[in-house]
Amino acid sequence: MRSRLTLRNAEAAPLKAIEPFSAAIFAERLLRDLKGGYRLISYFAQKTGGQNARLYAVIAYDDDGLLRVAATDVAGAFESLTTDTPQAHLFEREIFEQTGLVPKGHPWLKPVRFTGASPEGMGVMKFHRVEGAAVHEVAVGPVHAGIIEPGHFRFQCEGETVLHLDTALGYQHRGVERSLKGGPDKRSIHYIETLAGDTTIGHATAWCQALESLAGVDISFRARGIREIALELERLANHVGDIGALAGDIGFLPTAAWCGRLRGDFLNMTAVICGNRFGRGLVRPGGVAFDLAKSQVADILNRLNEAHEGLDAAVPMLFDSPSVLSRFEETGRLSIHHAVDLGLVGPAARACGIEHDVRKNFTRRPEPSTRFTISTWSTGDVFARGMVRWLEIQRSIAYVRDRIRGLPEDGSMRPMKPPRNAHVAVSLVEGWRGEICHTAITGADGKLALYKVVDPSFHNWMGLAVAMRGQQISDFPLCNKSFNLSYCGHDL
Amino acid sequence: MGLIDILLARAKQGHRTIGYPKNPPVLPELFQGRPIVRPELCRSGCGKCADVCPTGAITLPTHIKNPELLLFATSDDAGGGDDTLSLDVGRCIFCGECEKVCGDKAIEFTKEHRMAASSREALKLSGETYEMAKALDKKALKVFGRSLKLRQVSAGGCNACEADINVLNTVVFDLGRFGIQFAASPRHADGLLITGPVTKNMELALRKTWDAVPEPKIVIAVGACAINGGLYAGHAETRSGIPSWLKVDLYIPGCPPHPITILDGLLRLLGKLDE
Ligand code: SF4
Repeated sequence: MRSRLTLRNAEAAPLKAIEPFSAAIFAERLLRDLKGGYRLISYFAQKTGGQNARLYAVIAYDDDGLLRVAATDVAGAFESLTTDTPQAHLFEREIFEQTGLVPKGHPWLKPVRFTGASPEGMGVMKFHRVEGAAVHEVAVGPVHAGIIEPGHFRFQCEGETVLHLDTALGYQHRGVERSLKGGPDKRSIHYIETLAGDTTIGHATAWCQALESLAGVDISFRARGIREIALELERLANHVGDIGALAGDIGFLPTAAWCGRLRGDFLNMTAVICGNRFGRGLVRPGGVAFDLAKSQVADILNRLNEAHEGLDAAVPMLFDSPSVLSRFEETGRLSIHHAVDLGLVGPAARACGIEHDVRKNFTRRPEPSTRFTISTWSTGDVFARGMVRWLEIQRSIAYVRDRIRGLPEDGSMRPMKPPRNAHVAVSLVEGWRGEICHTAITGADGKLALYKVVDPSFHNWMGLAVAMRGQQISDFPLCNKSFNLSYCGHDL
Repeated sequence: MGLIDILLARAKQGHRTIGYPKNPPVLPELFQGRPIVRPELCRSGCGKCADVCPTGAITLPTHIKNPELLLFATSDDAGGGDDTLSLDVGRCIFCGECEKVCGDKAIEFTKEHRMAASSREALKLSGETYEMAKALDKKALKVFGRSLKLRQVSAGGCNACEADINVLNTVVFDLGRFGIQFAASPRHADGLLITGPVTKNMELALRKTWDAVPEPKIVIAVGACAINGGLYAGHAETRSGIPSWLKVDLYIPGCPPHPITILDGLLRLLGKLDE
């Protein structure tokens, strides 16, 4: 009997536990799962010589906290599932771009990152076109007005109303995944830390969990606690910054100014732990490279209280102001139906009412004593995406406060071992943008034969596009900020 | 929420702009600033620093590369000339690994935040001296000294440099008080501030943005990636930093540089800092 492999978060198993299905059964099962409400969280191909490749799909069973890995061997082409289940659309395009395998019947097969494009060919793809006398097209980017990463947006508009938004990314493609192959080596962790620089802790934790499970190393509870604290500080800094940016975008300056400063206060708390505002150098295989002394704990708690007070004065006034509500409510609305279909993750998904959070669904045993509540809202608009962030901010502060006081004393770093050969591990972390999924496969030599990174932005860019439908084009900056997706995390 | 409430909250938030540059900056206790390289302390000649360095920032003197020469090395060999232990702070991502493995304390990270330089050569550290960034020439200062508008281009930046540049616009740093602002259009800019290793996919956009900036114009490189490609140097997907068709006027090293380091560099460029 051919079988899928069932894993928990950050658990490894021998590769041979995955027995490939025939292509037809693989597709049928995958479709059945996705139609049944389970999520496709990673889907990639490994070349096995010539035109041949093995497809791997990782499916999340959120309620059970289980991950299933299924595989099939294909040659040259495979059946596209996109028309039946849109979650697969970008994964299939990616497989096509990376391996040349053709997803048969894919409705809009085009580049994802323009790997190997000529300078003139960069960003050139078939954009969706709406025809008609009153229809016009607006092109924005790659260089934008603010200090942000590059990407290209193509709007089809009728007057001021956006009919459709197409996104061309890939400007940030630096070859990260390719460079991780053959590792781990002295450069790997730094690639991971700069993969999406604003999510250093999130991705570094996912990487370390993957390597530790491949090596069969259990890290200390203290190290886990410090990682979790750093992860929440990263979330806090970014969420606070995002709320400030939303306020700034509609000209509500008090909250914009104060959140701009408070964001820095959270970055500086991370710097109290390790010297770097983004947490560079903190999370390392085997644990954490910096321990927390009592004085640091007190320092962070002090700063946390102060920042909390500042936030209490700065944020509620935003959500209470009628002029703000009239801009936030009903803007960039996404239905839960679309969010589920597209496989959205993170605050953007929770703002549509999807109750999913790695911190709850995929906790690693034994669970920390602190109870965790998922923050959701139901309206799926800019307001909801802002509000979910505010709820998460308050819960994260409470969580850090609790966790940092009760850190166990079992050391911060344990010796690492090399990864076991021919093993597979899937590692999930709830980054501030949502679910981070790393899948690692080692070869016969114990080196990484494949390392697949799925940043939450990979799932969510399409959500922004759909949320823009029927909106005023002038609301794009606001909608874009409410998602605040990563370009380099997507482009890798 | 009425205006009164907003004003009350405003009073509570207080004045938050830092005293820098008048007062010294407040940096984290564990801050890793400019390293000091002391070749004369390198006794064992083990070469471990270069081995662990993820970006190839460390150059060893010949006698270490060829251990048999060590027998003939004099203290002169270690100290002077090009053939000496050096650390290219332009490439360095401040991981601190070299300092950890060095038993001789030949490489040590300080809390010095002033790291910007005017030339690529000045970033190659050996010994205690460091040539800090110079101000633009008189003619340029006349044009830019009191108002400098920059267009930021991220060309493969990971959003850490970008974030810590953005921070300069907050009330904490209040960049505007120095007459420096970020412009939305290259047409309104006096120069580019570039981050990222310059991906191949961004090179054309960078060139077009540069062409759109009116003369005279300057280039500022922020972060190891922009200076030299950083970790992404040598990748086929990148240009290993700002391509040679652009002449860089100011290099600000770090991964990412602390906002204070960036601010210090910008102020030096405009001749607003003395030491
Ligand atoms: S601190 Fe800089 S020079 Fe030293 S090992 Fe790290 S990157 Fe290389």
